[in-house]
Amino acid sequence: MRSQQLKAQQMLRGDLTDEDLEEFVKERLVFTRFETAQNWARKNAIFPLGFGLACCAIEMITVIGSPRNDLARFGAEAIRFTPRQADLLILSGRISIKMAPIIRRLYDQMLEPKWVIAMGACASSAGMFNNYAVVQGGDKFLPVDVYVPGCPPRPEALIYGIMKLQDKIMGTPDIGWRERYQAYGTEENARPEAGPDSPLDFAEPGGPRA
Amino acid sequence: MPDATGLELVAQRVRSSLGDEAVVGTSYFRGRATLDVAPAAVHDVLAYLSKTDEEPWENLMSLHGVDYLPEEPRFAVHYELLSMERSDRLNVRTRVSLDDPHVPTVIDLFPTGDYQEREVFDMFGVVFDGHPDMRRILMPEDYVGFPQRRDFPLGGEPVLYTFNENKLPRWYD
Repeated sequence: MRSQQLKAQQMLRGDLTDEDLEEFVKERLVFTRFETAQNWARKNAIFPLGFGLACCAIEMITVIGSPRNDLARFGAEAIRFTPRQADLLILSGRISIKMAPIIRRLYDQMLEPKWVIAMGACASSAGMFNNYAVVQGGDKFLPVDVYVPGCPPRPEALIYGIMKLQDKIMGTPDIGWRERYQAYGTEENARPEAGPDSPLDFAEPGGPRA
Repeated sequence: MPDATGLELVAQRVRSSLGDEAVVGTSYFRGRATLDVAPAAVHDVLAYLSKTDEEPWENLMSLHGVDYLPEEPRFAVHYELLSMERSDRLNVRTRVSLDDPHVPTVIDLFPTGDYQEREVFDMFGVVFDGHPDMRRILMPEDYVGFPQRRDFPLGGEPVLYTFNENKLPRWYD
């Protein structure tokens, strides 16, 4: 450390010459692709939406809001209470069929790139609520990235799910969820009769149409 | 709870006040007194029991529906009355059929009946005549059907167990 500081001082004074200078620069620089650096920044600054559905929401709050579990270690503790600023939606609890269109609207209002974690049995597959009032899993109306099992999941399980999501963000090239899942035509205002030139069509420019 | 004798006395008082056709019958089961009344007379009976009776039940603690499917008339609306003063409860029940599921509203007597009548309408399809805002309250407004009726399908999805996986051969492919 001390020697590195001395070397840096030498370089600033201009004392470090050709080979030494080259060696020093090689030591201190990391080369990567721009997309990788971008994804690295994204994965370490996930903004969850402040949004809860049922009893899993209490568990989610203890994960993303409490110093005991300290999600700031993974850079996902900054909760945003508007979907315009959030990029992670945690479905925490059972989704009633009255709530589903509202969640879908929130999801559509979030900016790309955005991710969804289905937390617990109910958000993944309706759990024990196999009845008329509950949507049978969040993936019926949303693309879900990570499913966390449990009723409710342990805080460690949700943190592990978020770490899995971070791996996914690093591993996946920079594409939106519509490309990731080939989910064209699922826009909130999707009108099958509207062409790609229609001014009200919400398809992303350049994206292929189904 | 009035005991069986007390229930008959209540029924007699209601009959003498509102006419014989108001009370259909009484039942006393496991310490629970139930007064069966005709649907058209529900409002008058509750007004009498809560205000002018000599031992009034002032509070409506719960209003809920029941579907007794094989029986006819099918639906019932229960009114659970409570007297705080005497710590006494009385269950008033009215039965309506699927063809004519109409019951007069009681929200002018008990404002708490507002949402509870809407819930009974939402779940059973019993219409409360005179209710100012007879809409669904729990299910989405465009929902079709009344989900707590006993002939309503359960919904959801079939769950795969070992006893029914042979009905779905090679489901794992």
